[in-house]
Amino acid sequence: MVEILEGLKAAFFLVITFDAELWEISLRSLRVTLTALLIASLIAIPLGTYLAVQRFRYRRFVISFINALMGLPPVVVGLVVYILLSRSGPFGVLNLLFTPTAMIIAQVIIITPVIASIAHQSMRELWAEYHDLLISLNASKRQRILTLIWDGRRNLLTAALAGFGRAIGEVGAIMIVGGNIDHVTRVLTTAIALETGKGDFALALGLGFVLIGLAILVNLAIHTLSQTEQEGRW
Amino acid sequence: MTQMFPLTLHQVLVRRSGKVVIGPTDLVLPPDGPTIIIGPNGSGKTTVLRVMHGIERVTSGTVTWQHDDPSQHAFVFQSPIVLRRSVCENLAYPLRLIKTPKPEIKQAVDHWLERIGLSDARHSPAMRLSGGERQKLAIARALIRKPQVLFLDEPCANLDGHATREIEALLQEASAAGTRLVMSTHDMGQARRLARDLVFMLDGKVHDVSGAEAAFTRPATKELAAFLRGDIVI
Repeated sequence: MVEILEGLKAAFFLVITFDAELWEISLRSLRVTLTALLIASLIAIPLGTYLAVQRFRYRRFVISFINALMGLPPVVVGLVVYILLSRSGPFGVLNLLFTPTAMIIAQVIIITPVIASIAHQSMRELWAEYHDLLISLNASKRQRILTLIWDGRRNLLTAALAGFGRAIGEVGAIMIVGGNIDHVTRVLTTAIALETGKGDFALALGLGFVLIGLAILVNLAIHTLSQTEQEGRW
Repeated sequence: MTQMFPLTLHQVLVRRSGKVVIGPTDLVLPPDGPTIIIGPNGSGKTTVLRVMHGIERVTSGTVTWQHDDPSQHAFVFQSPIVLRRSVCENLAYPLRLIKTPKPEIKQAVDHWLERIGLSDARHSPAMRLSGGERQKLAIARALIRKPQVLFLDEPCANLDGHATREIEALLQEASAAGTRLVMSTHDMGQARRLARDLVFMLDGKVHDVSGAEAAFTRPATKELAAFLRGDIVI
């Protein structure tokens, strides 16, 4: 209990003093996570919608596979990305290991299945509702997908936020591929792991509270900007 | 304008999950209408309409138009499907699909909003409309592309007298303007008011086709006579 109070105090102190290092790692956390979220959403939302609209031979298998990937252990993802990006790996020449880009790649791999799976589920329900109408209006496949994405944007936002939640709190993969290098790849989660290892629980907890606050702020900001809570707005 | 009719259904059979839904049956629809399809529940009225519109695949048999142009027929469903958009966006949608210029879309939307009495609700979400208003919106949306043929599946089911009268007026206006109506109904009063030809379906097959006046005064078969009397026909 004492540690929690100390943590709250540390978080409060870090925030009100505009601690430079806290700002730096918080902004890096946001930059890495939001970039990964954007890339993953651009892949996952059309994919989830396509799987809802299009029937093809191995569709069920693909859906099951994506659902299974939701449980990908981040540490394993980190390890695979590490091997691929390491100097002796196939992409070693790009020199991406221990950079924020490597962290983004790992996060994209982790959250794409999460977003695709939730997007597919909600798009499937919307497609069941719209199917007859869009077919009867002779909408092309592209028009059907775009209509579903636009009309289902609230549900897709929820899918994206689930991905954001998973990414912002991720530590295993980005620790491996980022290396937790000060001023380069250190983010809130890896800083928390480091401070915990050093035994500075108050600071670790303080950073944890900042992380939670940040996640809530981003969620609220996205909800407000997209006006999802305004009744009757589509 | 190319003449699309006659529409010929030859030995059409639709099977779902191994069960015959309609057919094998024949039907020829002439250029003049409206044609009203009547019959007991489960007789195949909806399926035959869907087959004609091309949104239901036939297991065997052929559906032949004199000259088919899918963009020239529209469908109104028994339970109106509205997009999760505003009323005016719902109306504009079919025109956007065919890339109609914006000024033309605005003009058509304004005209139809006025015609169906929903001008004040133009920016309201369509999901908030009453059942009758939704159906009027669905009919206006179907008519906004000025189709040559309009299929309607019991458009006034579950609506009160006032809404039914408004919808019938809308349909009579469309018919007078040259849109060929093909509609199913349970309401014999409505069939009397609207029909030029009557198609009587029984047990998944076209049982009788006749002019409406003749059908109501001198029904050709005892089953049709019983159905028109209100007897239970199985």
